[in-house]
Amino acid sequence: MDYKAVKEFVVEKAILVCGLVSIIGVILIFFFLLREGGSFFLKVPLSEFLTGKNWYPTSTPPQFGILPLLLGSLIVTGGAVLLAVPLGVCGAIFIAEVAKGSLKEFLKSGVELIQAIPSVVLGFLGAKVLGAYVMDWFGLDTGLTAFTASLLLAFMALPTIISVMEDAVTAVPHRYRESAIAMGATRWQTIYRVVLPAAASGMAAAIMLGIGRAIGETMVVAMASGNAAIIPKSIFDPVKTLTATIATEMGEATGTHALALFAIAIVLFAITLLVNVTADFLIHRKRVK
Amino acid sequence: MVETRIVIKNLTVSFEEDSYCLKDVNLSILTNEILGIIGPAGSGKTTFLRTLNRLNDLYPDFKMEGQVLLDGKDVYCGWNKNKLRKNVGMVFAMPNPLPMSIYDNIAYGPRMAGIKKRKKLDELVEESLHSAYLFDEVKDRLDKPALKLSGGQQQRLCIARTLAVEPEVILFDEPCSGLDPISTAKIEEAMAKLKEEYTLVLVTNNTKQAARVCDRTAFFLMGELVELDDTDTIFTVPKDKRTEDYITGRFG
Repeated sequence: MDYKAVKEFVVEKAILVCGLVSIIGVILIFFFLLREGGSFFLKVPLSEFLTGKNWYPTSTPPQFGILPLLLGSLIVTGGAVLLAVPLGVCGAIFIAEVAKGSLKEFLKSGVELIQAIPSVVLGFLGAKVLGAYVMDWFGLDTGLTAFTASLLLAFMALPTIISVMEDAVTAVPHRYRESAIAMGATRWQTIYRVVLPAAASGMAAAIMLGIGRAIGETMVVAMASGNAAIIPKSIFDPVKTLTATIATEMGEATGTHALALFAIAIVLFAITLLVNVTADFLIHRKRVK
Repeated sequence: MVETRIVIKNLTVSFEEDSYCLKDVNLSILTNEILGIIGPAGSGKTTFLRTLNRLNDLYPDFKMEGQVLLDGKDVYCGWNKNKLRKNVGMVFAMPNPLPMSIYDNIAYGPRMAGIKKRKKLDELVEESLHSAYLFDEVKDRLDKPALKLSGGQQQRLCIARTLAVEPEVILFDEPCSGLDPISTAKIEEAMAKLKEEYTLVLVTNNTKQAARVCDRTAFFLMGELVELDDTDTIFTVPKDKRTEDYITGRFG
């Protein structure tokens, strides 16, 4: 009858469905992961899975300890974060507070361009070109090491860190800067004492998102980290990460091995969820002080 | 003996080619006076004020000619600009406390100047709050966020913060524009007291406020200084027809 009311109803419900689809997607993913991975834990206890030092999924009897993979992911991601965070923080501050006019625009689009490089291209370059240099510089037997992968991952996480952080810094109200400057603060004192504290939660979130990006990245580490499931002694050893394990082994994995990969997926899911929830918390945290 | 604190000579300011914000302004600001600056929107009042502490430098297109002398030294080449801004404090139209505690807001300037001793900082904070007529209202919650204060309290906090840097001159850019009459009265009371020690320049859109608190008042129109005289004279027997029209509300 009432055309407007019907239209209103239809639009409202259509939007509701669209919103629900993505949530349902997440729930389904979670359900299947738990079902497949869960049956794995009936065969191998969780503690043995998490702390086992050997990942020999195809030997007899097979051993499913993901400690080397966890450490691999940790060392590669950790190295990437150590490199990317200082660079990202400084880069974001420079772009947001110091650079002016065309230099600023040039840097911003340059950073975005990094994001446009397909990760397989970066991984390929990293394995073939950067790997050779790393082997040379440090006198190693192989250039495919945790360090190589860290360098590449840092490079990949930079655009995320810089662009989110730059937004956070730019969003600091101009009047804070004015009031500090009017009290005689130098540009650096203004940035350090006023702008950065005001932007702190957004900056922390940017770092967390960068970390999330680095943990989840697969192609680059699969190509450049050497894929050796051993517990690394240093950052210059080849490692295998959680993500790369799933990607490289899923083709031939059957039976328990396939289920073990699902279990790895659960672990990854849990880690990235934790990182994202932390980032979310940092973004929405009410500034107390 | 009346001393001159700031001398402005042939000041012309522009932000775009062929268009002026201020045109050939000449005036002197006397020590321990409150100089009022009135005029309609767009007459260059705020630009004038921000020229005195070099805050216009933040705009890349800012261009100026002429001279501004503080204590006989050129503000644009004789003074270090950070030192200048410590000497010439500013209170903005919108209260703009920093997102930190009340105490830290006031201690910010002194800390920047290198004062670290807690006792000295405590003294400065208390003294500044007293002078800004705010101490009694906030003495029990100095560690609370400044942004939780009311607008009027925030503005007095901004005055206290400016005082803590121990300036000679304080610029007020429509400090009461967002405040209720009672808060306004408190700020005016503070200003009347402050002029004993400081030199104040007050830009205001409220002509009555200028009449209440200023010793001398300048009327700006379209970037030009039309008239400057004792406040009583300006408001009773202005020499220029345009001044009279403005203060009687016939245009503006």
